[in-house]
Amino acid sequence: MPEAGQRPTPGGFLSRARTVAPPTWSRWLVPPAALSVHLTIGQAYAWSVFKSPLESSLDLSGTASALPFQLGIVMLGLSAAFGGPMVERNGPRWAMFISMICFSTGFLLSALGVATGQYWLVVVGYGFVGGIGLGIGYISPVSTLMKWFPDRPGMATGIAIMGFGGGALIASPWSTQMLAAFGTGTGGIATTFLVHGVVYAVFMSMGVFLVRVPPAGWLPRGWAPAKAATHALITTANVSARNAIRTPQFWCLWIVLCFNVTAGIGILEKAAPMIQDFFANTAAPVSAGAAAGFVALLSLANMAGRIVWSSTSDLIGRKNMYRVYLGVGALLYLTVALAGDSHNFVFILCAVGVLSFYGGGFATAPAYLKDLFGTYQVGAIHGRLLTAWSLAGVLGPLIVNAIADSQAEAGKTGPALYTTSLYIMIALLVVGFVANELIRPVHSRFHEPQVAEQGRQDAVATGRGGS
Amino acid sequence: MTKHGRTAPSVPLMIVAWAWVALPFAYGVYELLLKLTQLFGG
Repeated sequence: MPEAGQRPTPGGFLSRARTVAPPTWSRWLVPPAALSVHLTIGQAYAWSVFKSPLESSLDLSGTASALPFQLGIVMLGLSAAFGGPMVERNGPRWAMFISMICFSTGFLLSALGVATGQYWLVVVGYGFVGGIGLGIGYISPVSTLMKWFPDRPGMATGIAIMGFGGGALIASPWSTQMLAAFGTGTGGIATTFLVHGVVYAVFMSMGVFLVRVPPAGWLPRGWAPAKAATHALITTANVSARNAIRTPQFWCLWIVLCFNVTAGIGILEKAAPMIQDFFANTAAPVSAGAAAGFVALLSLANMAGRIVWSSTSDLIGRKNMYRVYLGVGALLYLTVALAGDSHNFVFILCAVGVLSFYGGGFATAPAYLKDLFGTYQVGAIHGRLLTAWSLAGVLGPLIVNAIADSQAEAGKTGPALYTTSLYIMIALLVVGFVANELIRPVHSRFHEPQVAEQGRQDAVATGRGGS
Repeated sequence: MTKHGRTAPSVPLMIVAWAWVALPFAYGVYELLLKLTQLFGG
């Protein structure tokens, strides 16, 4: 069923028309379809497992071995931003299929590249081709989940986006065990890439087959949009992706996401050396094993925050939730800065809080967009918002690493290496807090009159209900 | 999702779909918990 105002796509298994749910379809089959994609593409965060084997077998530098991952993240942002309208037009099955083909082909090209000693093929394969799969896959289920769960959009997208965090948890030990079995030479790495490409294609295919869009006008039983729009920011109107980026609300939310991610990723990227440096001058320094455990704890907090805080936002509202992420996040950073190396449990608890807010910020963003701009092109708008992630991914590590290096050169040790970074993060979170406060309902001149009217007609003309 | 607003999902399909994603996820969480013990035990 094509969206109002959009051209219908040709027939075929991948077309939107073929994915309209039959009357007996349960909406609870859609989250596992979304998870099969997000759990797969979340593998990107486990790329570091391949770095050392690639460096030793192909004689690469650390910078060179990071290239496929870096290009992959850049392509994620670009393909999500520019591919969003195509995803909206062609539907989730088409998007998941394209994601599956690209991500899997990326691994297969990488396998060929390693086997033949052509490292550029790994960069192009995993980074460029696979990166397109990352971006299209990331946004593929967002719009569909919003339409199935208009009553609980935060929870629905929280489940999917939690999967992206969970993907690295699966891939990291799985890839490590596979390299141990096949070997860390070129043959072993190539075989590992080959198996990844095939297994991930099979795993994602479940999502391709299972995903469905609701019939036009479908609403959950007993739920009415007008009744649910109790918060001032929740709209029943729709805004196109083209118009959304012309609104101040989009750019305020862009700043909110960018600075919330910057604050979290600064810790996440340097977690292990950071905790060791912080307590290096104390009676109880942190061992390498304990630092690895700290990284694992942060991963858990990041993942849990995505579902817990995003679901909470359905109850307290999106604006209030971001007040917590940014306001409490700033206070947690301030606590770390003031406590220094006096208590390691204070440091750990605050870092866990910050990382849960980092994950929550990602997972709540689609629901915030839906509140502000409606479900019409929310996937495409989300794709454009993800450019904030691309900038934050560079900004956060740059701030923390550059300042830590300069402080070390100045002869400082312990918490002094990071104190300046912590205060910068607090300032960024405060700016994000102010940007969130500036978000108001979108002016009606940006609304899509045809879509709003079509939606009302559909709602009247068709039956409602569902689980 | 009938005209009365009820759904009649296929239970086996529901179980297979959720198990398909839950089992690998459980494996990942288990491996993470093994690492986590190093923070508090090591």
